[in-house]
Amino acid sequence: MPPHGRRTAAPGEKADFGALKKIVVYCKRYLPAILAALVFAVGSSVATIIGPEKIADLMTAITSGLFSGIDLSAVKAICISLVILYGLSAILGYGQQFITATVTQNTARRLRRDIDQKLNRLPLRFFDRSTKGDILSRVTNDVDVISQTLSTSAANLISSVTLFFGVIWKMFRANALLAWLTVVTSLLGFAAMTVILRLSQKYFVRKQADLGIMNGQIEEVYTNHKIVRAFGAKNAEKTAFDAVNCRLYDSNWKSQFLSGMMPPIMGFVGNLSYVLIFVVGTALILRGSAAVNLGTLVSFVIYARLFSQPLSTLAQAMTSLQQASAASKRVFDLLEEEEMTAETVTASLPDNVRGEVCFDHVRFGYTPEKTIIRDFSAHLSAGQKVAIVGPTGAGKTTMVNLLMRFYEVDGGDITIDGISARSLSRAEVRGLFDMILQDTWLFDGTIRENLVYNKQGVTQAQLDQAVEAVGLKHFISTLPKGYDTVISDALNLSEGQKQQLTIARAMIKNSPLLILDEATSSVDTRTELVIQRAMDRLTEGKTSFVIAHRLSTIRNADVILVMRDGDIVEQGSHDALMAQDGFYAQLYNSQFASA
Amino acid sequence: MLRVLKKLNRRDLCFIAICFGLVVVQVWLDLTMPDYTQRLTASVSAGTLEMAQVLKNGGQMLLCALGSMAASVVCGFFAAQVAANLARTLRRDLFDRITDFADPEIGFFTTPSLITRTTNDVVQMQMLIAIGLQVLIKAPILAVWAISKISATSVEWTTAVLICVVLMVTVIGVLVGLVYPRFKKIQKLTDRLNDVTRENLSGVRVVRAFHAEDYQEKKFERVNEEITRTHLFTSRTMGIMMPVMSTCMSGLTLAIYWIGAYLINDAADLPARAALVGDMTAFTQYALQVVAAFIMLVAIFIVLPRTMVSAKRIQEVLDTQPSISYPEAPVRTQSAGEVEFRDVSFRYGDDGEDCLRNIRFTVRPGQTFAIIGATGTGKSTLVNLIPRFYDVTGGAVLVDGVDVRDYPKEQLEKKVSIALQKAILFQGDIASNVTYGSKEPRGDDDPRLHTALDIAHADFVSQLPEGIHAPVAQGGTNLSGGQKQRLSIARAVYKQAEIVIFDDTFSALDYRTDMLVRRSLRENLQGVTVILVAQRIGTIKNADQILVLHEGQIAGLGRHEELLKTCPIYKEIALSQLREEEL
Repeated sequence: MPPHGRRTAAPGEKADFGALKKIVVYCKRYLPAILAALVFAVGSSVATIIGPEKIADLMTAITSGLFSGIDLSAVKAICISLVILYGLSAILGYGQQFITATVTQNTARRLRRDIDQKLNRLPLRFFDRSTKGDILSRVTNDVDVISQTLSTSAANLISSVTLFFGVIWKMFRANALLAWLTVVTSLLGFAAMTVILRLSQKYFVRKQADLGIMNGQIEEVYTNHKIVRAFGAKNAEKTAFDAVNCRLYDSNWKSQFLSGMMPPIMGFVGNLSYVLIFVVGTALILRGSAAVNLGTLVSFVIYARLFSQPLSTLAQAMTSLQQASAASKRVFDLLEEEEMTAETVTASLPDNVRGEVCFDHVRFGYTPEKTIIRDFSAHLSAGQKVAIVGPTGAGKTTMVNLLMRFYEVDGGDITIDGISARSLSRAEVRGLFDMILQDTWLFDGTIRENLVYNKQGVTQAQLDQAVEAVGLKHFISTLPKGYDTVISDALNLSEGQKQQLTIARAMIKNSPLLILDEATSSVDTRTELVIQRAMDRLTEGKTSFVIAHRLSTIRNADVILVMRDGDIVEQGSHDALMAQDGFYAQLYNSQFASA
Repeated sequence: MLRVLKKLNRRDLCFIAICFGLVVVQVWLDLTMPDYTQRLTASVSAGTLEMAQVLKNGGQMLLCALGSMAASVVCGFFAAQVAANLARTLRRDLFDRITDFADPEIGFFTTPSLITRTTNDVVQMQMLIAIGLQVLIKAPILAVWAISKISATSVEWTTAVLICVVLMVTVIGVLVGLVYPRFKKIQKLTDRLNDVTRENLSGVRVVRAFHAEDYQEKKFERVNEEITRTHLFTSRTMGIMMPVMSTCMSGLTLAIYWIGAYLINDAADLPARAALVGDMTAFTQYALQVVAAFIMLVAIFIVLPRTMVSAKRIQEVLDTQPSISYPEAPVRTQSAGEVEFRDVSFRYGDDGEDCLRNIRFTVRPGQTFAIIGATGTGKSTLVNLIPRFYDVTGGAVLVDGVDVRDYPKEQLEKKVSIALQKAILFQGDIASNVTYGSKEPRGDDDPRLHTALDIAHADFVSQLPEGIHAPVAQGGTNLSGGQKQRLSIARAVYKQAEIVIFDDTFSALDYRTDMLVRRSLRENLQGVTVILVAQRIGTIKNADQILVLHEGQIAGLGRHEELLKTCPIYKEIALSQLREEEL
């Protein structure tokens, strides 16, 4: 298979096996164990190779004693040596299995851990452009494929190669003619198998592609069943589904049939060499050849079987190694993603941060070609409430990304209490902010764990205080396990309650600066009132940045920054901006305009 | 499992019968072959062998081998046909049934599970059928036939084979018993691993804001550690399988020869001894066939439990009747676009509280009817009753004077159109999304399509290089939220229904666009009944009637100015958004 495989596959092939090399390098630390496994594998194979020779001796001992009586003690000696040999082979074989299992599982574990840690070092840019499903599938599916193929194929590959050469050597030593017979027939069978493999490969690829298409369609239809029903599109969708289904049926049975042909063909090849050995062997015996007797024949029958075995193992290993290399390419692509720039920490914060923030000619773009924020300057005094407004896509959330250093500015600087944010560590900058986003994020854990989240030494009193402030005290006390209730779908928290919890979490963290990014847009206006009260408590004495498209929530801000197409077009208080009668006034009035 | 197999049609059953016949032929041929070996070996040992016999027996063996291969390949062909056809039938039936499901059934199974049931579970079934048709039939026939053929030869040899088989079955049984529960556990742990990673990915901003990377890493490590431990146990345990199998096979050959040496030694004369040597080689071949048959059977039994679970999951879906069904007979209606709720109450499921109570109102044709209220008060539920996403628990919903439950499916579909809060788009292009569900395909210059896009203010479409044929990715991920929402409004308008429902469709638009779209709706949809659910007072201020919903009940019904005076809840909502003087 290797020669064919390399020719059929397109340019990507070389890189593919390159990815496997990376896995090998990655396993370097297990080198002693891998070497031990190698030795075990070779040992076990050697025992398997010597076996038939002993069987031949046994047969000879039996047949030569047909006339005079069998030398039973000789038979016994051979048999006992065979028992030892097989026992040894089994032990060595298991030893090898054990080591490879250990090495591959530990490697899989390391891969998973490295991916997880890598994710923490990647810039936000990476997450904003990759899909969750894709990353998830690298952590689970791809690592699984690697570990499975490594544990089966790698181990089998070693013993197969040993077996292959060992058997050839033994056969040619026993009888060259019979050896040629076995090798040629096996190779013929092997060639036939390669042809079928290549044929079926085409249908396997088609099958996977069809399955993917079908998956996409049914996901869409099942998820959006309301729209499908409301617009009476069931029949149209069904026609589309039937088309894919029939294509899938076709590729399905063809791939199944072709790959199902492999075992019978291999079986026939085995039988063919078996018959040839017998016919040619007995002919040789008839002619009185000294080199061949019944024992030789019996041993050759076993050799023939041993010989075809590594060949099919090699063929299978090659296909699964191709899969593994595709998987490891995906894993290593992720592991080699460009990380966040190294930190150069040159300053540190005073103990008491006042919260004065200054944007100094900030320039930024998500891609180098497209600058979003061109030249933004603003000075915000400590304790001020700053609102950022503008139509969708004006770049409001970008401001948060820059403040939190999720993205780095391309030009200019942001200072906090006069210290450049870039001279501080990212962790320190982020520690300065409480952040509440539109999408509430609670993790799988108890309410307490979610509230305390990564902060040390939080007292029960602090918890109670925060929970009371956001108006959740009563709700939590009605839960049978109180703070230790696990947050799950079964608990059925409303969107508003989730937001109240995240506000409580921010209160407990109690940082000097605060970011509210559309914090209330997914809750209705009445719930918003409750949350608004909680947030007002939270903003007391803090410099806060509020992003909202519901303009009512920001009327009382000290400064309103009006953004349009990435630029700050107006800034000032609500009254000043309304008096100016510019873009803000237009935005604000549109909510009352009658349609 | 058996009930799923009932889906097999006559053609499939015919194929299965053919498979059975072919397997019998194949086993017969496989077992005939060693007979010739036996003759040859016996003749060699006795020294009576002639070349003619060698060629003749060799030729016969070759014919057997060829015949066996042919039978096996043809059998594989039929098995593949049967398996793939069953898979196709199952998928079609599942899709058909699931697309008839209403919300309660979808919610019960969950969408991801329904997807796996339609794909993976069916693949499982198909694999078992394809392999099972050959192996499940072949293995028992082969084992029984081979044993019966050799058991007459020698009790000692037969005992050796039996011991070997028992040993293998025991070892495999113990190993599978040990490992099987762990396999289930691995499935669960993989889900956990996915959960933790997903949590990390969706919360990446929060994790970093709290500098909680280490906290999350520790959480991940705990799962990682456990899954590794379980994997280690299973793969180390299953690692015993291969060495045991190969030792069994080699050991059995050795045992037969060892026993043979004594048997032959004890035999009376030379012909008897020579015959025994022939028997011995033949016996070895048979014995290995028996062992191989058992290994095949065991392989099936390892995958069988998983397949049975799949079959059960498929059957569960097929057994579930859609909760909403439609009568066939068309109904005659008088007016065009009237909606009436007659003392409607509704609850999800059988237990739990009513989430709508005593809802009673009438919307006249051509009116604009708005619904406002806090989240979770049942606004969406209420409008979902009109296109029958759910059916009422009590009372009745009437469209044009006829209970919606009396409408045939297509007739109701024609009357009611809807756009949801979350804009739903399908893979395709802009035109296919706007004309979604339309029976007659139209050309590029379909005026209805362009009008619908204009009404929804989807002017971005004309700026796209491909215009209305610009591709839409799955879920519409290549469009912004506002763009998606405008397309979903265009779709609702395109249908030209008598009643158009906007279920909180405008909240995702900024104020300006909201206003522009509403204005063009009012200008263009004259005579069409519009029902809209909204959160913003500005969106609904000018509606002909406003329904204020509070905890599932009507708290107020009237025009904006009336409600400000009569309905305290409405006033509270209004004040939270606007200042007194702006009302």
